[in-house]
Amino acid sequence: MTVTDHTQATADTAHSHGVIPDKSRADRVVSFDVDAFPVPTGREENWRFSPVRDLRPLFADEAADGHLEWTTSELPAGVTLAEVPADEARERTVREPGDRASAIAVKHAGGAMALTIAANTVVEEPITIDLNGVGGDVRGHLLVELGQSAEATVVINRTGTARYSELVSIDLKDNAGLNLVLLQQWDEDAIHAGEVLARLGRDARLRGTVVTLGGKVVRLNTSAAFAGEGASVDLFGLYFADSGQHQEHQLFVDHAVPKCTSRVTYKGALAGKTAHSVWIGDVLIRAAAEGTDTYELNRNLVLTDGARADSVPNLEIETGEIEGAGHASATGRFDEEQMFYLRSRGISEEQARKLVVRGFFADLIHEIGVPAVEESLMRQIDLEIAHVEEELEHE
Amino acid sequence: MSTLEIRNLHVTVETPEGTKEILKGVDLTINSGETHAIMGPNGSGKSTLAYSIAGHPKYEITEGSVTLDGEDVLEMSVDERAKAGLFLAMQYPVEVPGVSVSNFLRTAKTAIDGEAPKLRTWVKEVKGAMENLRMDPSFGERGVNEGFSGGEKKRHEILQMELLQPKISILDETDSGLDVDALRIVSEGVNRAKENTGLGVMLITHYTRILRYIKPDFVHVFVNGRVAEQGGPELAERLEAEGYDRYLANA
Repeated sequence: MTVTDHTQATADTAHSHGVIPDKSRADRVVSFDVDAFPVPTGREENWRFSPVRDLRPLFADEAADGHLEWTTSELPAGVTLAEVPADEARERTVREPGDRASAIAVKHAGGAMALTIAANTVVEEPITIDLNGVGGDVRGHLLVELGQSAEATVVINRTGTARYSELVSIDLKDNAGLNLVLLQQWDEDAIHAGEVLARLGRDARLRGTVVTLGGKVVRLNTSAAFAGEGASVDLFGLYFADSGQHQEHQLFVDHAVPKCTSRVTYKGALAGKTAHSVWIGDVLIRAAAEGTDTYELNRNLVLTDGARADSVPNLEIETGEIEGAGHASATGRFDEEQMFYLRSRGISEEQARKLVVRGFFADLIHEIGVPAVEESLMRQIDLEIAHVEEELEHE
Repeated sequence: MSTLEIRNLHVTVETPEGTKEILKGVDLTINSGETHAIMGPNGSGKSTLAYSIAGHPKYEITEGSVTLDGEDVLEMSVDERAKAGLFLAMQYPVEVPGVSVSNFLRTAKTAIDGEAPKLRTWVKEVKGAMENLRMDPSFGERGVNEGFSGGEKKRHEILQMELLQPKISILDETDSGLDVDALRIVSEGVNRAKENTGLGVMLITHYTRILRYIKPDFVHVFVNGRVAEQGGPELAERLEAEGYDRYLANA
């Protein structure tokens, strides 16, 4: 377990060149005003790993005429999905946007869609929302709101293609429990920048799983802020980047109040010469957040030469009165000794690679808690591995 | 009846200091039902012999031949060698996290046999083999070698050998690091396989103790990449008394 104290972290960033460092993660600008965010150049701390050229269409402060096709499972009693006018949508958003793409998404989405689950409603079956892109520029603003002691599982699945930016706001009232699964299964030319902002009331529980397999560029920033004591977040992520794909996941857990727990677990596999993944995990434990328990982990499995995984954990701690705080980050090459071991038992090279990669992701997939999604993901991962085999054959 | 025939085998490895020849002309023939103990000091090339036969990419065969029932083993890929009937029980089996032992065993059995084993008999077979090796049934749910103790790893290797039923098995220092109880359990497994399937065994060991539990038909003393002396079980007794000094002085 590594613990980075605040002074040290600040001293380190002050020495980095070419990027504009943050003093503290807490100081970063948030605003509904697009002009508060200059067009990113790639030199900013939060854009420095991103392919800003590919993302440029999402920085244009202008109306977008495209849309995603929505298909929603039947909504049980106590659950509503409704359009909300722009002014009200902003008010019901848990925090102001944290970057230009997100601010533009809100400004030009033309209001929000709000999925609202009434207090004390316990939804047994997962609520599924399929969002299919049919091309063009699309801006999205989505609100997911759970009333006090409500519980639900929500699966949002993105397919097709678009140049899509969005803000997803998650508002969990006291003691609410949400299992949110965000699947990025875009076609290979999709561009997607999203900001997911969660606010948790007292004793609320959020399990958030992000799965990114498709798209040319996917950049998904998740922030969770504790507004009441005793709440917990578990954020899981799984990604598989092939040649030509940039998959970026930034996380920020803001421990502002005492006695909250956070776990961040992201795992990725990379294959192909130009595959690139980025993981940035920021955790801030503010002075008031005594009794905090936090751990974040990122592991990357690099399957072929040329692929690049950037992994940056940051832990800022402003109080010593905590239960625990740690992070771990590791990026490893595909292990030839594992391959030899499996193959020496008669298992073919392709089958062995499949076993190793499946094994790498297995514990994570079992955390999703939606059997249909888990099974479909295992099949998707098999397809990704089959794709790796093709790439290797062409080398 | 199977025969593993090793003829004039020369093997090199790449080291930071350059290419190094480890095996310098090894001749050895192992038939079904026979147990050959390969003994020798550390660094004499015993493990290199084992891994070269199994096809580890680190080792380059520069001369000689290895055949199993006349088939050229050196032309086969690693998995083809296993399917042909060779098995290597490794000294340091690697972890494969997230892959359960039961899934691994079934996948390997399916690969070796070319068809999936019948579920009911397979489950029974695995259960029985695990009981014989005093392995708890919960073992099947653990990740392959993940957090296994030294003794558990070795029993897991022998479990695979009993279930996959190879023709010739190479045991690379299966005895090292085992206490006497574990050594006995592992040895029983090897003896069972010999009795049940007529397994031919290449038993690589540094110590003589395992030879009390697995009786060798032949003993080969390995020194500096070659067989320096061979004989019957009596040779092992002499090694127990005298150690390897006699050979090292000559080398």
